[in-house]
Amino acid sequence: MNFVEHLHVLIVAIPLLAVPIIPLVGRLRLDFSWYFTFLALSLSFFMSLNLLMNVWGSGPVSYFLGGWRPPWGIEFHFDLLNSFVMVVTTFIAFVSVIYAKQSVANEISYDKIPAFYAVFVLFFVGLFGMIATGDIFNLYVFLEITSLAGYALIAAGKRRYAKMASFNYLILGTIAATFIVLGIGYLYMATGTLNMKDLAERLPEVYESRVVFTGLAFIIVGLLIKMAVFPLHLWLPDAYKYSPSVVSAAMAATSTKVAAYVMMRILFSIFKIEFNVIGIPITELFIYISSIGIIVGSVLAISQTNIKLMLAYSSIGQIGYIVLAAAMMNPVALSGGIIHILNHALMKGGLFFVVGAVAYKLGTEKISDFRGLGKRMPLSAFAFTIFSMSIVGVPLTVGFVSKWYLVTGAVASAHWYVIPVILLSSLLTAIYFGRIINLMYFSKKPDEGEIIRNEAPFGLVAPTLAVAGLCIFFGIAASVPIEIAAKAADALIGGGLWK
Amino acid sequence: MEIIYSPIPLYAMLVSLVAIIPIYFSKNQPNVREFWTIAAAVIKFLLVLSMVPAVLSGQEIVFKFLTAFPGLDIKFRVDALGLFFALMASSLWIITSFYSISYVRAMDEHAQTRYFICFAGSLSATMGAAFASNLFTMYIFYEALTLFTYPLILHEETKDAFRGAKIYLTYLLGTSIAFLLPAIVITYFTTGTLEFTPGGVFGASLNGGASTALITFTFFLFIAGIGKAGIMPFHSWLPNAMVAPTPVSSLLHAVAVVKMGVFVVLRVVLYVFGVDLLKDIGLGTFLACFASITIIFSSLIAMRQDNIKARLAYSTISQLSYIVVGVSLLSPGGITGSIMHMVIHAFSKITLFFWAGAVYVALHKKYISEIAGIGKKMPVSMAVFTLGALSLIGVPPFAGFISKWYLVNGAIQSELLPIAIVFATSSLLNACYFIPIIYIAYFKPLPEGVSDEVQEAPLMILIPMIITAAMTLILFFAPSIFMDMAEIAVQSVTGN
Repeated sequence: MNFVEHLHVLIVAIPLLAVPIIPLVGRLRLDFSWYFTFLALSLSFFMSLNLLMNVWGSGPVSYFLGGWRPPWGIEFHFDLLNSFVMVVTTFIAFVSVIYAKQSVANEISYDKIPAFYAVFVLFFVGLFGMIATGDIFNLYVFLEITSLAGYALIAAGKRRYAKMASFNYLILGTIAATFIVLGIGYLYMATGTLNMKDLAERLPEVYESRVVFTGLAFIIVGLLIKMAVFPLHLWLPDAYKYSPSVVSAAMAATSTKVAAYVMMRILFSIFKIEFNVIGIPITELFIYISSIGIIVGSVLAISQTNIKLMLAYSSIGQIGYIVLAAAMMNPVALSGGIIHILNHALMKGGLFFVVGAVAYKLGTEKISDFRGLGKRMPLSAFAFTIFSMSIVGVPLTVGFVSKWYLVTGAVASAHWYVIPVILLSSLLTAIYFGRIINLMYFSKKPDEGEIIRNEAPFGLVAPTLAVAGLCIFFGIAASVPIEIAAKAADALIGGGLWK
Repeated sequence: MEIIYSPIPLYAMLVSLVAIIPIYFSKNQPNVREFWTIAAAVIKFLLVLSMVPAVLSGQEIVFKFLTAFPGLDIKFRVDALGLFFALMASSLWIITSFYSISYVRAMDEHAQTRYFICFAGSLSATMGAAFASNLFTMYIFYEALTLFTYPLILHEETKDAFRGAKIYLTYLLGTSIAFLLPAIVITYFTTGTLEFTPGGVFGASLNGGASTALITFTFFLFIAGIGKAGIMPFHSWLPNAMVAPTPVSSLLHAVAVVKMGVFVVLRVVLYVFGVDLLKDIGLGTFLACFASITIIFSSLIAMRQDNIKARLAYSTISQLSYIVVGVSLLSPGGITGSIMHMVIHAFSKITLFFWAGAVYVALHKKYISEIAGIGKKMPVSMAVFTLGALSLIGVPPFAGFISKWYLVNGAIQSELLPIAIVFATSSLLNACYFIPIIYIAYFKPLPEGVSDEVQEAPLMILIPMIITAAMTLILFFAPSIFMDMAEIAVQSVTGN
């Protein structure tokens, strides 16, 4: 095995190695901790780009940790789907660490910064691992890593209630993880293997067994909690609200999406599509709950007065899109769901970036304080407008691409009743984002004097604008991600129902 | 059909979009800023004009910008119908630019830079839709126009303005997301293409599986989704949008926004469904009857409006449905009349809006009941108004007569006598709501204590009005360019 093949495992390994180093170098000089974080996460990003190109060019890649072949060893398996999700996640890690420099210096007390960065990287290590692994128990291990790091990150918020928010998440997160590990246990009982490919081979024989059914149910419920799908979303709003800005952004953009990826993996790779068709009506159920979640999330978002809470409820609606896309079980909709992982990461990450910049400058999260932001922080307001239009689904932005594929997918498999849900939620989204755009640009208090321009520092604005640019870029030149997503979707279910 | 590949349509669309940048950066020097607006308007007009000879000689200009995602291109195709619309909008933009500049200066409006930026953006959206080669491209620019005009409508930033703008956005975005988008998706899914085809994409796939029920359903989705055409019951955004400054109302609500609406209806009827298909199913007649209701009702409502702009708004709603009815007659005469009425109504109605703005600038009057005797105070403006109103009523020798002639002819060709009667009745109603204005202005005395010395609007407001009013006459005697293009378009869609 030459060095190039080891590159793929380094995506996870380098940040993992960086975790203990970061606090140590932080003791030498505070700045170093950030530089090491940046180095580790940017290396991961570039290596995952390389990985995606490799997989695109020459098909799936496997890597056996320590040279141990399965079933003894752990396998990392990369196909188009997880390479794509990996690129998205590492990209978000990359931009949020750039954003973090000034934001963290402002929000985290001086002596805790090195430790914060270490945990921040650990959080991403967990996510990268979940994406990379081809071993279902290993998946659980990484899930716990990212969850534990996540609890710590949320608790790092400045407000006292951050601890409580973190604790709430810890309770629910632990329940979820327990469910997942139980489910994995059941699957192991039925098949005697933990390797995903082996599972996929052996499971069809035991599809009828109750053990498998129970195992799947446990795993699914656990994942639904991690994804914060309505009605299992209760931990999410507070977690986003009270955590530091950069943590809200990174979490909102990645963690629920990675859980969604895992769900796709389990539904379509480990269990084959035949199981979903002939087995239990899981997918029908998914369509109903995600449809309800989409609407409820949007409606709750309208009634919020805190911008972070509003975005959190919007996330609950948006994750519903991905679940819905997967549950409709046709390649068009599924590629819409996969592409929405990218699109929603860009939009929601960007929105939280802007919110963080506003908190940095104005120290507020109240929606009413966005009044006049168009003059006060023109660049941030402009980026916010792009993200909002994107999330509403205005053409030429990424949001439109997702919606187009979702609606076309619904037509393709004749899920007519889904179309009104998607369109209604677009309208509701337009309401709650339109209100903020109105406040930012068109609304002035009569007694207010001239508004002074007071833009956030470059370190916060630059990554925000870069993400906004990508929202437009991938909205116009959507062919690149769409082709990847379509191929990945085909690989997942193309062979089953449709041919 | 000969096809030329050229990026001119892209440039014509982009000019005003690019102009936004210099307009923004010269925000502190009004004269420089206005220079950019005018420059963009003139360049755009020249670019559009440069495509006329090719199109008149039967060619089409095509430019593929990019593939957004597989199967969906952002692509421009300049055919006679699109160029017709573009020529009308870009020529009126120049006139309106001059008018706008003097209007906002005379009124000392706030946020002028935003105003001109959005104006330029709206024109780009209009061009984009005019040249759009498929439903997808058209949808993009359709939505873009809504978003660009939204800040123009709430320009005053008063409570009323916000209310009006909210209604505007709700109606237009609401209908387009809820109905137009699904209609496009269904079209794409059943026919496999969104490209406009003269015989209609559904027409071509008539025997290709799409059931009549599905086609009918999609047709209704389209008609409901094109809120900009102002067909009842989705019309009430238009009167509410009249809170905008008058130049905005005139260009956007007599020309760009509403004409984009009927233009999309034309495209959908002629190029997505196709004349033959709609004749077979009988949907054309249905739409004609449906829109006739709008013609009559909104004329009746217009008569009861005291606010000048509200009366003009309801008149617009009624006139838009002329165009819809005309095309849904599916006869050559009806389609010609419908296309011609787009431009004729544009010139006539913009004259009336300019007049309303002039009255507001000079005398600060908004209501018809207040304008008694202003024929003496504003002789030029009132003369101009009279010309525009007569044209809309359809009196020869004004352009309005031409389109009505064709429309009535078309109704008779399609053997739909009731529709011809609707046109006649509505002409009568037009007279009923315009003649009183003329009467009040000329023959009622000025209120006590008001001097009858002439108090006209600024010259730069008068000149654009005179030009557009003159156009209503010129179009009667020499409609050639527009008429030729309309004929080419009609030939291509009816196949003879």
